[in-house]
Amino acid sequence: MSTNGHEPRQEATFTVKSGLAEMLKGGVIMDVVTPEEAKIAEAAGACAVMALERVPADIRRDGGVARMSDPEMIQGIQAAVTIPVMAKARIGHFAEAQVLEALDVDYIDESEVLTPADEANHIDKWAFKVPFVCGATNLGEALRRIGEGAAMIRSKGEAGTGDIVNAVTHLRRINRELRRLRTMDASELYTAAKELGSPLPLVQQVAREGRLPVVLFCAGGIATPADASLVMQLGAEGVFVGSGIFKSGDPERRARAIVEATTHFRDPARVAAASTGLGAAMESIETAKLGADQQLAGRGW
Amino acid sequence: MNDGAAPAGVRVGVLALQGGFAAHAAILDGLGADVSEVRTPDDLVGLDALVMPGGESTVMSLGIVREGLADPIVRFADTHPVLATCAGMIMLDRDHLGVLDITTQRNAFGRQVKSFETDLAWGGDTVHAVFIRAPWVSEWGAAVDVLAEVDGHPVAVRQGAITALAFHPELSGERRFHDVLIAQATGSRNWSS
Repeated sequence: MSTNGHEPRQEATFTVKSGLAEMLKGGVIMDVVTPEEAKIAEAAGACAVMALERVPADIRRDGGVARMSDPEMIQGIQAAVTIPVMAKARIGHFAEAQVLEALDVDYIDESEVLTPADEANHIDKWAFKVPFVCGATNLGEALRRIGEGAAMIRSKGEAGTGDIVNAVTHLRRINRELRRLRTMDASELYTAAKELGSPLPLVQQVAREGRLPVVLFCAGGIATPADASLVMQLGAEGVFVGSGIFKSGDPERRARAIVEATTHFRDPARVAAASTGLGAAMESIETAKLGADQQLAGRGW
Repeated sequence: MNDGAAPAGVRVGVLALQGGFAAHAAILDGLGADVSEVRTPDDLVGLDALVMPGGESTVMSLGIVREGLADPIVRFADTHPVLATCAGMIMLDRDHLGVLDITTQRNAFGRQVKSFETDLAWGGDTVHAVFIRAPWVSEWGAAVDVLAEVDGHPVAVRQGAITALAFHPELSGERRFHDVLIAQATGSRNWSS
């Protein structure tokens, strides 16, 4: 037997930050607004919860400025569950992120669902010990976020709609652009980096490895077990469900069903069984009917 | 230590209900094993060894119940080698499947900002270990060998052909544990006990 404890311990390395996302893979991260909802989500099999004041559907309905949640609410949720607790900061609002880090949240989502605080810059995520997840609609955006220190990416979709179309568009786009990079020779990658607006070393790494250097989840519009199966088959490594669970008729049952469909996404018989008798899905909005100013996915630079 | 390829036809399953199963599968594949994902009891049939990966233990626990995997995994572990990491270690403890005579403490080091990596001294060598919201072993029985400790708490144990680690060798490119698992599955090897 060897005794340790005197070895140097490195915290907050990129391996440790992206490592938690690795452990969330194949799972469902659920938006919750109260400790009671967090307990329901955990009991239904959520691999993490996103603590926020209002789910995206309500933010969309209420309008106004959407901000980081009250620390008391986040702490109440942390006390209620043992699974990782994530929370959202506004794009570029590094002071909100500092507060969330002080609260010891497990992951910060620098999120377009909240009203952006900076119209040009995102948070310097390397400056934090707590890992960040960021949204992306395309590969260039994903690599810019990773360049800034994000340890996990989620495709944005269109939050709070219950419409899967943009999630599909964004996932397919990211994967198409990944495939395209793989076909390029070394000289073409310089131009690709310029066109993507992404750091060259990351473009070169992605071209070599054929995948993002961090875990890719899907968010924004997942409302049913079949939606989860669809995006998993399109290459998502897990899903975020925001309004889709607690805005549905039977949240507990739907949560369990989406968890099951995410595990068995390649097995249509299991997805069918999970989809049966769930009651009403969330009240939904067709994304194509939203004006450009109502689409959240365009936030992020 | 052996970086050689596994003998042809060694079938290793990776529990794939949720969590870090892909990284384990990639390492096993690189070592030449015939790797498959385990989500239902049928998926265990014909396997020579099993990996219980990290992930969220509550999710894995619910999944094991939902799929009716508890008894099949216990029976499998009775006659086959198993490598468990992090949440996989928790699944094998007294409070869950009862395969190992240990009690674990979840998130023993604290929340994510307390996650860390370090070099563990290991039988004259070192193992680079990544701890993510990791558990430790708080109680263990006489049949359990403690292989490594951090802060005075066991973080690696062995009982018979079952090895359980609180950390993630699959995240640091550490392949020796998988190599040993494959060797156990083919019959006869041992490493650094």
